[in-house]
Amino acid sequence: MMTSDSNTAVEAETVLTVRGLKVRFDTPDGPIEAVKGVDLDVKAGETLAVVGESGSGKSQTMMAIMGLLAANGRATGSALYRGREMIGLPMKALNTIRGEKITMIFQEPMTSLDPLYPIGRQIAEPIRHHRGGTAAAARARVLELLELVGIPEPTRRIDSYPHELSGGQRQRAMIAMALANEPDILIADEPTTALDVTIQAQILTLLQSLQKRFGMAVVLITHDLGVVRHVADRVVVMRRGEVVERGRTADVFARPKADYTRMLIEAEPSGEKAPPAPDEPVLLEGRKLRVDYSTGGGFLKKAGLFTAVHGADIRLRQGQTIGLVGESGSGKSTLGRALLKLTPSSGTVLFNGRDISDFDRKAMRPLRRDMQLVFQDPFGSLSPRQTVGEIITEGLYVHEPQLSKAERDARAVAALHEVGLDPSARNRYPHEFSGGQRQRIAIARAIILKPRLVVLDEPTSALDRSVQGQVIELLRGLQKSHGLSYLFISHDLSVIRAMADYVIVMQAGRIVEEGETAGLFDHPCEAYTKALLSAAYSR
Amino acid sequence: MSDLAQMPSLAPHAPETRGRSLFSLAMRRFRRNRAAIAGSIVLVLVALFSFVGPLFSDHAYDQVFPSYVSVPPSLSPRPGAETLQGAMESAVQRARVRLESFTVEGHSFTATLGADQPIDPRTTRYIDRANEFDDTTVKETQEDGRKLIVEGRVTREYFPFGTDSNGRDLLVRVMLGGQISIAVGVLASLVSLGIGVVYGATAGYLGGRIDNVMMRFVEILYSLPFVFLVVLLVVFFGRSFILIFLVIGAVEWLDMARIVRGQTLALKRREFVGAAESLGLSDWQIIRRHIIPNTIGPVVVFVTVIVPKVILLESFLSFLGLGVQAPLTSWGALIAEGANNIQSAPWLLIFPSIFFVVTLFALNFVGDGLRDALDPRDR
Repeated sequence: MMTSDSNTAVEAETVLTVRGLKVRFDTPDGPIEAVKGVDLDVKAGETLAVVGESGSGKSQTMMAIMGLLAANGRATGSALYRGREMIGLPMKALNTIRGEKITMIFQEPMTSLDPLYPIGRQIAEPIRHHRGGTAAAARARVLELLELVGIPEPTRRIDSYPHELSGGQRQRAMIAMALANEPDILIADEPTTALDVTIQAQILTLLQSLQKRFGMAVVLITHDLGVVRHVADRVVVMRRGEVVERGRTADVFARPKADYTRMLIEAEPSGEKAPPAPDEPVLLEGRKLRVDYSTGGGFLKKAGLFTAVHGADIRLRQGQTIGLVGESGSGKSTLGRALLKLTPSSGTVLFNGRDISDFDRKAMRPLRRDMQLVFQDPFGSLSPRQTVGEIITEGLYVHEPQLSKAERDARAVAALHEVGLDPSARNRYPHEFSGGQRQRIAIARAIILKPRLVVLDEPTSALDRSVQGQVIELLRGLQKSHGLSYLFISHDLSVIRAMADYVIVMQAGRIVEEGETAGLFDHPCEAYTKALLSAAYSR
Repeated sequence: MSDLAQMPSLAPHAPETRGRSLFSLAMRRFRRNRAAIAGSIVLVLVALFSFVGPLFSDHAYDQVFPSYVSVPPSLSPRPGAETLQGAMESAVQRARVRLESFTVEGHSFTATLGADQPIDPRTTRYIDRANEFDDTTVKETQEDGRKLIVEGRVTREYFPFGTDSNGRDLLVRVMLGGQISIAVGVLASLVSLGIGVVYGATAGYLGGRIDNVMMRFVEILYSLPFVFLVVLLVVFFGRSFILIFLVIGAVEWLDMARIVRGQTLALKRREFVGAAESLGLSDWQIIRRHIIPNTIGPVVVFVTVIVPKVILLESFLSFLGLGVQAPLTSWGALIAEGANNIQSAPWLLIFPSIFFVVTLFALNFVGDGLRDALDPRDR
């Protein structure tokens, strides 16, 4: 559904009317209003995008309509599906609508499929529950659906378990399940966020074609404006539980009325990095790096061998930022870890001119302060039982044990200042901070030792766009003031473009292409690089 | 990008010196659980009863009262008024005088003695000679010495829980049993906690062959029958109080080690462990600073399960006669003794059992409360 056939959308019947929807969660700290009175209309056959950053209440709005709120949540207001009130409907009556007329797909297809049953059986479940019929008839229908969502070899795949499918295939299976009863409305909650860019594009195309075919309405919940611009007819922008702007997609993008919408649209990372002077010394060099993992194996069984990185060469100069790009499973994180000697590898690693290939953990310890690592998940990379102060001074505890408590505290304050956090944060615990703040804490932990090299493993992927921009600004500023060298691992090409002066593209453990950022983005040579770029920018 | 810097999410927090740790959040949840709070209060009361109670009783736990063997529980003092009257009458009879009146008030008595001849004041010795009466003195002489009003102390004992078949006060023995049972429960749990956490975390974190060897060792210990192990240790080292902690701790840490190892396997995949590794922390530093503190939730919950289990185990050992030695006792030993006398002296079974059951219930409620508080799965 493109914005061009907007006339039909105006005349279309409204299938879902939401008025004054409020969602409240009772927490030990008192009630939290997650959604504060939202009005929505979904018309038959249209694509409505609900956009907002994390915590804006966009998912909770849909969860409330579907009666899927957590136990401590309460919804008030009204949500009419073709005139039938859904809020407060008893479970049994609600089940005649949800799963049948309104279905939902979720962000993480691995966790929304039951790992114990083959996908065929899981897809058949809503069919048999809502329509009855024999198992054979349901199976025939499942095959038809699998074909429809483009899963290869449906007759074989119908008996596969979720773990045997790739991420994209799992999401296709979820879509098949949602389509099983030909719903009026399909609610897609961040359906592509957990997928690689090339697969994202395929899933979105699939959703669009299925929508045309079945004439259903799609409610797309997302934070990705690129997706919205490309697929949605109308947009609702939410912020902190309220709708701040609504309108046709083209209008909203061309003339955003609310400041917040404008900020979201402009939050695409921008700028670029100049390469370092050519005479800067090489700080880190990897030659013919190879990483093998043994898989399976046990007491008597011989372990299999899986090669994650096949002989990679990489040279990182002082003050340089290398962007390491690739899809999940391409070995980019493994390569980063191998360069830091955190993963056993073969090949040569030179740090600052010294061969550190044979260094064991103990020999590496004095070098650790010069080479730091920042992780993707700001929730997982901070120990929940330590205060922020303890977390960021941990490196000092190892590398400068002679420091007194007061000196360590002073360093912590300085590091927090540097990453733009209030120093009072050091007495608090990580769970009291937002994702962006936690990533700043993780960065503070890395820079407190004044390292020369920082490996950034997807440092912005778990963050909202606007926060991403801030973190990128912060990283750039730190690079300038401390002369840091970065190895920036990411699947997000727009971030790479803004951060890196040199790009390496990896696929299946091999470096397929590398070059200066501008040159590589403008004139990609390899087919794979072209596919990546077109998937990321054509949307 | 400058307008982004003023995003509210980045605005400095309201000045607050202390953050709320996960533990303090858990305690808030715990405090809202009524059953768990009631359980904690009961536990504190039982502990006070056991440890402070003996200070308020003048009976020692090994003091034998030969006159009160297997006395049923009663709130009134012993001996009773009739018994005293009888005792006084026989004493007076031996002194060849008449008893004209006799009253007992609390711990003192007043008696009026009469005779046809003036009474020798030394007659009071006859009264002192009886077990029940002491310090008899002449208070008043009337009718030219033919009437003596004497006063003295009565030794009266309170046995609210009755006495056992050796004439020892059951109340004090239940207190002592509580001390030992609680001490064994807590100390043996701490022993198993210490060994299990360190062992499990080490095995889980180091992984690979070391983990394999360490866990096979645990399985070998598992396969030894518990009673066999105890008999063996008792034969080698003789019976002692310390041995009970060691034996029970040595058995219970196996479960703890497995639980902690499982937690550790999950934890070591977490990124903060990777971050610590990349900072250059050694294995032991990572285990101590990152792994062990993060296993604390399930471990605390498991300890509340272990404590009642250990108390039960100790009772079982005492029941078999392998536990604490008389005159020391524990709830388990008391219950065993009570079970032998269930027909003749049921109170010997009832009172220790009540305390035992109440304590176990309270511990289980506290354990449930802690589990809900530390492991909130609904969020």
